Order: sequence, then structure tokens, then C-alpha cells
Amino acid sequence: MSSQPTEPQSLYAARVPIFPRRVKGVYRRLKWWIMAATLAIYYVTPWIRWDRGPNLPDQAVLVDLANRRFHFFWIEIWPHEFYFVGGLLVMAGLGLFMFTAALGRVWCGYACPQTVWTDLFILVERRVQGDRNARMRLHDAPWSMRKARLKATTWGLWLLISVATGGAWVFYFADAPTLARDLLALRAPGVAYASVAVLTFTTFVFGGFMREQICVYMCPWPRIQGAMMDPATLTVAYRDWRGEPRGKGLKRAKAADDLPTVGPRVGGRIPVIPMPGVSGVPGAPAARAAEVREPGDCVDCNACVNVCPMGIDIRDGQQLACITCALCVDACDQVMEKIGRPRGLIDYVALSDAPREAAGGAPVPAWRHAANFRNFAYLALWSLVGAALVFALFIRPEIDISVAPVRNPTHVTLSDGSIRNTYDIRLRNKHGEPRLFLLDTGLETEARMTIQGEPGLGVTVPADSLKLIRVHLTAAPGTVAAETAVTDARFWVVDAAGGERAHADTKFNGRSR
Amino acid sequence: MSGPRVDPVTGTETTGHSWDGIEELNSPLPRWWLWIFYATVLWSLVYVVLYPAWPLISDSTKGTLGWSSRAELAEEIAMVEEGQADVRRALRETDPALVPGDPELHGFALNAGAAVFRSHCSQCHGAGAAGFTGYPNLLDDAWLWGGTVEDILFTVRHGIRNDEDPDARWSEMPSFGETLSDGEISVLAAHVRSLPSGLDPLSGQGGSLFAEHCSVCHGDDGKGDRLQGAPDLTDAISLYGDSEESVAQSIIVGPFGVMPPWGGRLSEEEIRAVALYVHALGGGEPAGTAADE
Repeated sequence: MSSQPTEPQSLYAARVPIFPRRVKGVYRRLKWWIMAATLAIYYVTPWIRWDRGPNLPDQAVLVDLANRRFHFFWIEIWPHEFYFVGGLLVMAGLGLFMFTAALGRVWCGYACPQTVWTDLFILVERRVQGDRNARMRLHDAPWSMRKARLKATTWGLWLLISVATGGAWVFYFADAPTLARDLLALRAPGVAYASVAVLTFTTFVFGGFMREQICVYMCPWPRIQGAMMDPATLTVAYRDWRGEPRGKGLKRAKAADDLPTVGPRVGGRIPVIPMPGVSGVPGAPAARAAEVREPGDCVDCNACVNVCPMGIDIRDGQQLACITCALCVDACDQVMEKIGRPRGLIDYVALSDAPREAAGGAPVPAWRHAANFRNFAYLALWSLVGAALVFALFIRPEIDISVAPVRNPTHVTLSDGSIRNTYDIRLRNKHGEPRLFLLDTGLETEARMTIQGEPGLGVTVPADSLKLIRVHLTAAPGTVAAETAVTDARFWVVDAAGGERAHADTKFNGRSR
Repeated sequence: MSGPRVDPVTGTETTGHSWDGIEELNSPLPRWWLWIFYATVLWSLVYVVLYPAWPLISDSTKGTLGWSSRAELAEEIAMVEEGQADVRRALRETDPALVPGDPELHGFALNAGAAVFRSHCSQCHGAGAAGFTGYPNLLDDAWLWGGTVEDILFTVRHGIRNDEDPDARWSEMPSFGETLSDGEISVLAAHVRSLPSGLDPLSGQGGSLFAEHCSVCHGDDGKGDRLQGAPDLTDAISLYGDSEESVAQSIIVGPFGVMPPWGGRLSEEEIRAVALYVHALGGGEPAGTAADE
């Protein structure tokens, strides 16, 4: 069975450049729209203004690291509320699971920044250098003025996009108009320039030169996704039962005797790595060679290979390098229309469709695949987390108090025999203006309260800040609090302007003998 | 085995490595990955030359940049101190009694004082300043030598009962172990123990002993004298314990505290900061409270 090539294959492979051909169709149009939307969100968001009053930033989305605040339109997240961010990450994770389980690697194919920016870079490349064939000729041509000019133009445009990409990132962390002015005037902080430089470099290299290498060799996600897919998951696949045996024109008649098998892939082609957990790869034609004699629909025009940004052949079956961008679907549909065959030779198909359709069964509608228990369970979990977050958002108080009793020592005996306890109290004012907070121990606590450094029981907490105060509770000798080892105590805080109240429970330590 | 073998199932070459019949397929590593490996090696070589890297017996190679984490720390400390120069001068020059009126300066003093306290005072007075038997609790409102900022500052600067500082104050409780009989001592101890409950210090048998031996310093009313560091015996606080045995022991021995002067050891702003810190712990007295009241 084993052949003996003369030259052993190297252990290292150079990248073979990929020149995807331009394609038109439903999925290409969808991808243009998604690209426009995601890029617009990324570049424009930091520039949206949102009036929060004089004491707070007016940027709609701002990660204020210096002040430990995250502003998102009308929502402000403090560090102690990081569970909101945690919840959003859980939702993002569950959402990704849900989409992968139902629709395969749609994230990879449509929304992943690597895909979106690579797509944009390929667009630039095509506008400057021409379509696939022109680009291949240029690539193979010896260096000349024309080649240098075209390459320099392409790289220059890539660099501009990269700088804009790195530049947009830093605007999320500071006031965008101010930072933009500072960046241009060369007086912005060094970390801003460093961030822009790093992101410019990664965008330029990842989008311009590494492209599919990122997905195949660097990204962990393709490996994880296999675990979330099952035979009912929709994914881009080749209907080999319709297409095989493939062949062109006159050759088609004898194609059946000359079935291609998955041959050794030499050079730097992406190796065909089956998705982990997915067995029974469709498109392994050798096994069915004996049964099929009629030529199939596939005219072996290679349109699906030529448009593929990953440089793979989808007819080899579902594989790790396929990001399911569906451009091969558009390409093949165009060809099928021209030769008068039904569309969908390459299509969104579930693995479980293969045996049924091969046996002549009718195709199962896509929604039928998506509507299964697991996907509904993901949706339910996702909605549950989302509803909990919204609920938590609405019951979130605008003022807050937390109490930490000073335990060294637990209590102090004063000269008149009374017992004093000390507490570190943190008061949070989430309003956009300073507020007067009134402290009270309520009826539950019989000890007398004083605030260190304050004549009365009111404290002004600056806008959008936390204030730490030290409070003494003093119980007169003979009172229950003074003579009992431990009693309950409570601190109330009232917002003098709004009337909102919050409380915190703690303990009062009395004479312990 | 001669020449590379091609795995018939996948159509991929094998590397020729085989373990118990399981063969390793050759999925070639991208060449750029190899370059990154070489780049990291190169990076480490440059790093070794520029930065301290090789451990020696008692030191390490210095690196051509001369960088060290200690020097960086020293630089950062110097930067912070430079930034604090103004507030330190303000602390040195402002009347200590007026500092609490300036929230910013007071805040600086309290934080600085807390640091000084942890380094130099907590060994005797405790990390929480609650003291121990014989070492005064600084959180309460009882003061042997006065509780205004000025009083505390004086105590910190000169210390108590030491020969180093001529201005140090000395308390002079005599030992009554040989002067008084055991019976007298136990009567006196019982008498002193009942003073906090409001008993007249001069009443009864204990009262006459008190008048004869104690009231010179502790006063006819038993409220002590801050000029001599004589504690108030009528309050609820006992430095040396309030059991009958402890009080009797105090009468027999005549205990006294010792505190070193910090005047020469700490900077002026450190002394002021720690005095303000202690004053703010909860028992500080407002300025103008006379020491002998």
C-alpha cells in the first residue's frame, strides 16, 4: 500500500501564499454587510458621546482604568461589580457554544476579527493588484518597478488600516478626542503609543501575511469547536454523493474508473486535519468507488478551491482549516447554475444528512437541524444569565455602605468605664454629584456614634467615589452592649438629597470578662 | 527501514518514528514557527548581555545596562520623596495643633504617622496601639503625661525616664514593700481598687493610709497628676492590672515605664506625624487642655 517518494518531506513547511478569487453570491453579500457592521462598531464606538453631567466622562463606552470604572452608555460598572463583566463573558461563552452547536464555525467564518480584517486586506490587495490570476502572476514575476509599486501601495494601505486599528483600540481607554489630539501632538502617554504600535504590528502581520496560519496553527478555537459539534450541526460540506465521480467534459465518462483519492499533500499546503470528534468525514470517495459509475455533478472546475481564503479543498471533507465562510458555496452555486444543475452541491449540510441524502432521501430543512434539545438548552442558559444580569442591574443601589470592624483591639475601655468599638466604614456614592450621607445606628444599637474628624453624623462623599471613614461606637457602662461579650449592631446610611437608604450589619464587642 | 513511508489511511508521510506499531505522521511545522524559536533564543542572548543574568557565588553578572531592581526602587523612592518635599516642609513648619484643621496635611500626617508607628512604636504599644500590661494603651482617653498634640509630641520627642535626653520626664513612685506592712498593703490595695466605684479616697482605714502615702502624687481626690506622670486611680483603666494581687504588687514595687527619646532618631516630620497619628487614635484631647488639670 505504501508508496516510496524519492525525496523525504521536510519537517518544516514554508507558507504557500493563497490568492482567493473574487466571488459573488448570497454569503459573500452577507459577509460584506457583517464586515461593514463590525468594523463600524469597532472604529466608531469610542467617538459616541454620552452626557453624564459635569463630574463624569462624556464618552459612551469607556474603560477608565485609572479610576477603576467601566462606562457603557447609562451603565457604570465599579470594580466590586465585576460580576457584570463576568456574566457578560459567560453569556459570550454560552452564545459561542450555542452558535457552534447549531451552525458550526459561524464565528470563525463571519465575525472573528482575524476573518474580518483578512477579508478587508484581501479586498485591498485585489483592488490594487487585480484578481487571483493577476496576483499570482505578480507574485511569480521577477521584481520590477511595477511590482514594487503595486506591492508598496498594497502594504501602505494595509499599514494605514493597521494604524487605524491600533489607534481605535486606545480610544476605548481614554477620552477619544483628547487622546487623538495628544497622539498627533506627540504628547500622549508612552503606553498609548506602545499599544498602537503593537496592535499595528499584529494587524499588519496577521491580516497581511499570516492569515490562515493564525487559524490553523495559533488559534485554540478550531480544536475546541469539535467538541461542541455533533452530526446535527450545520456546516459547510460537499455533497459527495451528488458530486462524485467528478470529472471534466470528455473525461467525465471515464471519471468513474479514475477516482481521486486524498493524496499526499506536499509542500506547504495546509494538511487535512479532520475536526476532532467528527468522524465519518463526508467526501472520502474511495470507499464508494465500486457502487458509483454515473459521472457526478462536480465538474472539477476548482472554483471552490480558488475562492477559499484558507486554501483548502472542501471536497476533502470537513477539516480543521475550514472556517466555514461559505464562499465556496457561492462559487459552486454559480457554476451549477451555468451547467444547469441544481444549486447546493456545496452547501450548509449536517453530517447526519449524508447517509439519508445519499440513499435518495429528501434534504432536511436547516431549521429542523437547529431546533434540537441541546441548542434550546444553550439558549435557555444564555437567557437565564442575561435575565439575571438585567435584574441585578435594576436592583443595584446608587449608594452603598460596607463596614469592617477594627479587631486590634476588639474594644477599648474608656476612663469612665464605657466601651468603645471602632469601625472602618466605606461609603459609595454612585451619583454624578457630591452627596451628603447621614449615618445612623438605628434603634437596634444602643451605643453612641461619633465619626472621627467630623463634628456631626453627616459625611459628604464626592461624586462617583468611595469614601473611607472611621467611626466609633461607645456604649455607656451598665448597658447591655457594654456588658455583653458580643451584640449585634447596624449602620444605616441615608442619602440626604435622594432619601435612598442602605445598611450594613456588624457586631459590637463588650467587656469580655 | 529505507525512505519515508506514506500512511495509507491519511495519505500523509510518516516521520519514520514508530512505537509499538503506532507511527508518527509528518504534519510539517510551519517554518515561521521555527524562526520564532530562533528569535527567542536570540532575544535571551541579548538579554543575558544587557541585564543581570548569571548567578555568581555572592553576586551575579551585572549586565551592560547596569540595571538593578534595587537601584530602580531607590530611584522610585527618591522620586516619591521629591514629590513629598512640599508637604513635608509644611508638616515641619505648621503648628502641630493646627494641622488637624488642614485635611490634606492631616491626611498625609496620619498615613506617615501610621508607618512610623508600625516601625518604631508597635513593639511596646502593640500594632493596634492597645498596649499591654505596663505599656500604655494609646486608644483610650487616659493619659499619664497629657493627651493634647503638644503633650504627645513632647513625650515622643524626649521619651520617659531615660538618661539620653535631659528633658525626659521621670515618674517617681517609691517602692512601699519595706515601708508598709503586709496588712497595710492589703488594706491599701483593697482601698485603691474601690476608688473607681466612687469611694472617697480619704475615707476609712485605707483613706488614712492613702492620705499619708499616696495623695502627695495621686492627689486627695485620687485623680493623679500629669506633671509627675501619676495616674488617675479613680478611672476604669489600670495600667498594671486591677486585680487585688496586681494592685498590691504595684504598691510593693512602685512600677514605672521607660520610653526612649525619638528626637535624635526620627526626623522632625516623622515625630510630628506619629504624634498626630497617636492623637487621632481615639483619645486625643483638644489643644489648650492644660497638662495639670
